[in-house]
Amino acid sequence: MHGQRLERFVPFLMVLPSIILIAIFVYGFIGWTGYVSVSNWNTFVPDFSFAGLKNYAYLFRDFRFQSDLRNTLFFSVLFIGSCLVIGLALAVLVDQKLRGAAFFRNVFLFPMALSFVVTGVVWQWILNPSTGVNLWLRALGVENPPLWYVSTQVVPKIALGRIQFGLPLAILAVVIAGVWQQSGFAMATYLAGLQSIPEEVREAASVDGATEWQKFRYVILPMLRPMTITIVIMLAHVSLKTFDLVYAMTGPGAGYVTDVPGVYMFETSFRGNHYANGAGIAMVMLILSAAVTVPYLLGRGRRDLGDVDIN
Amino acid sequence: MKRTVKVSLVATLCAALLLAAGCGGAPSQPANQGGSNQPSGSQSPVSGSEAGGEKQVEIFSWWTGAGEAAGLEGLIKLFTEKHPDIEVINAAVAGGAGTNAKAVLASRMSGGNPPDTFQVHAGHELLDTWVAADKMEPLNFLYESEGWYDVFPKQLVEMMSKDGNVYSVAVNIHRGNVMFYNKKVFDENNLTPPTTFDEFFTVAEALKAKGITPLALGDKEPWTALHLFESVLLGVIGPEKYNGLFDGSVSWDDPGVREALETFKRMLQYVNDDHAARNWQDASQLVAQGKAAMNVMGDWAKGYFTTDLNLKGNVDFGWAPSWNTEGTFMVISDTFGLPKGIQHREATIEFLKVLGSREGQDVFNPLKGSIPARTDADVSKYDDYSKEAMQDWSTNELTPSIAHGSAASPGFSEKITQVITVFVTTGNVDQAVADLVAAAGAELK
Repeated sequence: MHGQRLERFVPFLMVLPSIILIAIFVYGFIGWTGYVSVSNWNTFVPDFSFAGLKNYAYLFRDFRFQSDLRNTLFFSVLFIGSCLVIGLALAVLVDQKLRGAAFFRNVFLFPMALSFVVTGVVWQWILNPSTGVNLWLRALGVENPPLWYVSTQVVPKIALGRIQFGLPLAILAVVIAGVWQQSGFAMATYLAGLQSIPEEVREAASVDGATEWQKFRYVILPMLRPMTITIVIMLAHVSLKTFDLVYAMTGPGAGYVTDVPGVYMFETSFRGNHYANGAGIAMVMLILSAAVTVPYLLGRGRRDLGDVDIN
Repeated sequence: MKRTVKVSLVATLCAALLLAAGCGGAPSQPANQGGSNQPSGSQSPVSGSEAGGEKQVEIFSWWTGAGEAAGLEGLIKLFTEKHPDIEVINAAVAGGAGTNAKAVLASRMSGGNPPDTFQVHAGHELLDTWVAADKMEPLNFLYESEGWYDVFPKQLVEMMSKDGNVYSVAVNIHRGNVMFYNKKVFDENNLTPPTTFDEFFTVAEALKAKGITPLALGDKEPWTALHLFESVLLGVIGPEKYNGLFDGSVSWDDPGVREALETFKRMLQYVNDDHAARNWQDASQLVAQGKAAMNVMGDWAKGYFTTDLNLKGNVDFGWAPSWNTEGTFMVISDTFGLPKGIQHREATIEFLKVLGSREGQDVFNPLKGSIPARTDADVSKYDDYSKEAMQDWSTNELTPSIAHGSAASPGFSEKITQVITVFVTTGNVDQAVADLVAAAGAELK
């Protein structure tokens, strides 16, 4: 009886420090950031007087922040979409049990070992409009090779207030670099999914007379759904909070065509000393990430994990 | 059960790690242990630093590039010759124009862990940030005992002063409004380097017709576009009105500002297409290689030309004040101050004395490529360019630079940078003026 109570108590004691630390360093600081974002602390001298939603009002009227939100939207959709498609394609190829499959699996996974900063610098060289891949394109006879991340064009030109709502072409260069690094992750996840599908299922489909394509479309693809959700969740918070890749590769870009909230937050807080505005940007980023992950944790997560108690 | 134990073990491990990480940067640590901010170039501090409390000085800067690092090393060498008992810790943080160093500094200062002395631009970067936050000690006593009031130009001392107190020691001067040009390009095409905007546009048209980029720009880092714009602004409205823009006596919707934006916009038609992919060195390189004819950059570009590219002044490249700014000197000055609450105050004061001495400045500046802030320096130690700059320094009207933190507070500078970054792409003059007025309204109080 006594021993049993201790047995319940010890694990709790062991987890307690992390609960306290997480309460302070995660939730406490989120609260602190939220508090700063409604204060008047916009110089180096701290000023915690209440400013209401003034900083948020400023941000959402700000051209740069509007551009950032547009860029984040297009970056996220293209980045996640491309990773899913390329990751799935690679996983299916590697899953063919051909010779050398293990070798290619590693090759596709290797970019993940690099940090985004390295990826950013390397792709910045590759896509440099005058010294990079364009030298080859010119040698191949392309007269006006793309400007890559230097392009200031936003297509199609639909103006919403001051900002042009459309795809900034320069973002494509950043997407290429991001996809290069992260599609290996998507591949690995899908590969695990593919290999966990029991052979009997495929055989049953074959017996029913399904073609290879039908097997893939109606049997395998639906079974990969949890993998897709995992990848989307994991990559969504990478893309919504992205900083290092963009900072190393293009910075804010001409006319803020590649700027993202993370870069703006860094520059406005630590270069401009606008701490309240910076905290406001951080809160918006948090809300964006939460909007993606929280519904998953609340609904999907519980169902996927079945009877495992996620608390 | 087994699973729970495993989970709790992992959780405890994480907690321990968090705790360790949290303590690293705690202010209770000795001043010279920056935790994760500890720069790679610094020596590890002696553990018993309280015992040898006055025997160290930590110098915080972003001088890690070729000429500037050599200049700093020279200065440290001179200092250790004079004070062999004081250990110097060179806490330089890499990153162009101090982009990384400033963030590290801000976290150390607000965490109550200031370096003994740190690099800061004279002007609003010093006054509106550190002095306004009451983090700096006045240095009037040093200026009096060392006779510095007589050897530093009055306007420069004012840029480091607030309410009659002076807060830092200037070690060097850079000039912002310099147009560098490729001499061969101009000679071969029988053109004269332009001194006015009208001449610029004539020359630019002629160069463009021959397939040469008239003006090199590299605004991958947005400050370079602002650097060009502030030179244009100064050229259009003149020093008096320019200075007035920052004390509130001249409005930002002044017709002169509008005209400067129009001129700047017209000028951008003559820059290289890939400007957003280049930094200032890449842009200077276009001039060095003769692919572009001109470039407006601070005179650190001279150091880049002569030291890194082995070009000869007045042979390979020439220089002149940027268009319409003859007689005006756009000042960028690196200074060092005395933060409050440091551990090695006496040693730091000794360092500042060397920094402000004629000998110290003449060791540092020829290596860094800048000119001394003192007006009594040994001219024979400097090259042709610097001799000319020193001449102008002692006679010209001085104006502060926006791009380099002297003219406006970091907040205002950051907002002006944003306006110019957008303007380079959109060319919308009305919008830019409206944004500048709004920024001035919010920041100039």
